Amino acid sequence: MKVKETAEIISIENLAEGIYSMHLSTKASEYALPGQFINIFSNDGSKLLPRPISICEIDKNGGTLRVVYRVVGKGTAEFSKLQAGDTVEVMGPLGNGFPLEEQDAIVVGGGIGVPPMLELAKQLKGKVTAVLGYRTDDLFLADNFIDAADEVIFATDDGTAGIHGTVVDAMKEKDLSAGVIYACGPKPMLRGVAEYAATKGIKCYVSMEERMACGVGACLGCVCQSTELDDHSHVNNKRVCKDGPVFLSTEVVL
Amino acid sequence: MINTKINIAGVEFQNPIMEASGTFGSGMEYSEFVDLNKLGAVVTKGVANVPWPGNPTPRIAEVSSGMLNAIGLQNPGVEVFCERDLKFLEQYKDTRVLVNVCGHSAEEYIEVVDRLAEESRVDMLEINISCPNVKEGGIAFGQDPKAVEEITRLVKKHAKQPIVMKLSPNVTDIKVMAKAAEAGGADAISLINTLTGMKIDVERQSFVLANKTGGMSGPAVHPIAVRMVYECANTVNIPIIGMGGISTWEDAVEMMLAGATAVSVGTANFYNPTATTDILNGVIEYLERKNIDDINDIIGIVK
Repeated sequence: MKVKETAEIISIENLAEGIYSMHLSTKASEYALPGQFINIFSNDGSKLLPRPISICEIDKNGGTLRVVYRVVGKGTAEFSKLQAGDTVEVMGPLGNGFPLEEQDAIVVGGGIGVPPMLELAKQLKGKVTAVLGYRTDDLFLADNFIDAADEVIFATDDGTAGIHGTVVDAMKEKDLSAGVIYACGPKPMLRGVAEYAATKGIKCYVSMEERMACGVGACLGCVCQSTELDDHSHVNNKRVCKDGPVFLSTEVVL
Repeated sequence: MINTKINIAGVEFQNPIMEASGTFGSGMEYSEFVDLNKLGAVVTKGVANVPWPGNPTPRIAEVSSGMLNAIGLQNPGVEVFCERDLKFLEQYKDTRVLVNVCGHSAEEYIEVVDRLAEESRVDMLEINISCPNVKEGGIAFGQDPKAVEEITRLVKKHAKQPIVMKLSPNVTDIKVMAKAAEAGGADAISLINTLTGMKIDVERQSFVLANKTGGMSGPAVHPIAVRMVYECANTVNIPIIGMGGISTWEDAVEMMLAGATAVSVGTANFYNPTATTDILNGVIEYLERKNIDDINDIIGIVK
């Protein structure tokens, strides 16, 4: 049986403005895969719904998961004030992770889509080129990626670091190619990456995001439009939480 | 040994704890968290005659002690439902199955009811005339007593299983709707469906839900639900399945004291996947502590 469990905060750190990193001691670490997420529940009973947060790093031996999140509302603001030794209720790992293909890969992350690409970069066996997009030169997790990937390319919206522009601009400028592309970030970015992949004839996986309630596929709150019939309702609506969050770029409407 | 069995329209339930339609699918997803055989009933997500795509996203918004949803009754249609979902539920012999039926028109409801008539696994039908998130059908039937009575009578004529009419709280006087359902021949009523709400993002100055409005549920609506169950229990003679923000055993007992024969747990499943069985255990402990040996003895005793 799956369970909701109590997880202890091992450490918490402010990585950049509004961006926090948290190590949690949880059984979910035993089964977690890159690209999956966990539901974290507020300790305030008036905030009912779990916050789905992607897994940034997995330490099976240490029994911990690292999550890196942006403060976007009251729930994540509460999490940012937690301290080592505090506890939160968590459920997971949830969803399907990135399929680990044994070929050279480009991992693309934009903004708060950067964190889930770290564990992926660590677990991929082939050559990994990471393309990471930020608003400014506040390049959170940059050091971790430099350790994990063979090559790291930065792009910033304001041009204060790396290539001035988007991750797609960076990919074009460097004329990147590989056997497979993995991407997580805002929808316009995913669309751009998917187009780039299509032009180059490269298989591309994208990790989608949507407002969720249950996180387990029951409520049908978090669907995204799919190009083929979904298994659940047969109406071209795949569930991000259960059928995703990782999809082939050709499987979903971006 | 405490008796937890209850009876609605000749159907015996091993206990009065069900989950509320739309929060539990057909039980598949939550069967990884709870033993469905422990529940009084599985109440399925609304099923229509054909697949419905539902509303655009975002479909979910959180509010204080509650949430809004505007799923729009996405469902695979009755054929897939019978072949897949009912087949899945075959293995849970101890739990009853209530199928929630939705439609845009009387004909569409009837098509589903007729199709389900052949299915022995279906113990009861819950007719959804109260969904606030679809434009035609749904709530349009539930806000006019004449329409409630007519659709009830029509469904009753076709149904092979007992029918429960699911009522909307988005009316001036729910007692009128309860009476109309009873007059139309309903075997039971269930209430409340969600309350129509709205949330606006002040920074973006736009609606949070793509549908603009959504149905509000969760602990915040519980006192309204208790009041409405109480009112209906003192108005009609048919059994009531009470729901609305039930998240603890106290909420369930409260609803039964107000007059509900059974209760459904909805939104609580989202933040406590074992809410149904936790509540059942809590209710049994309460009965033990109060030396009450039959759960039926608490139904509607607060007058």
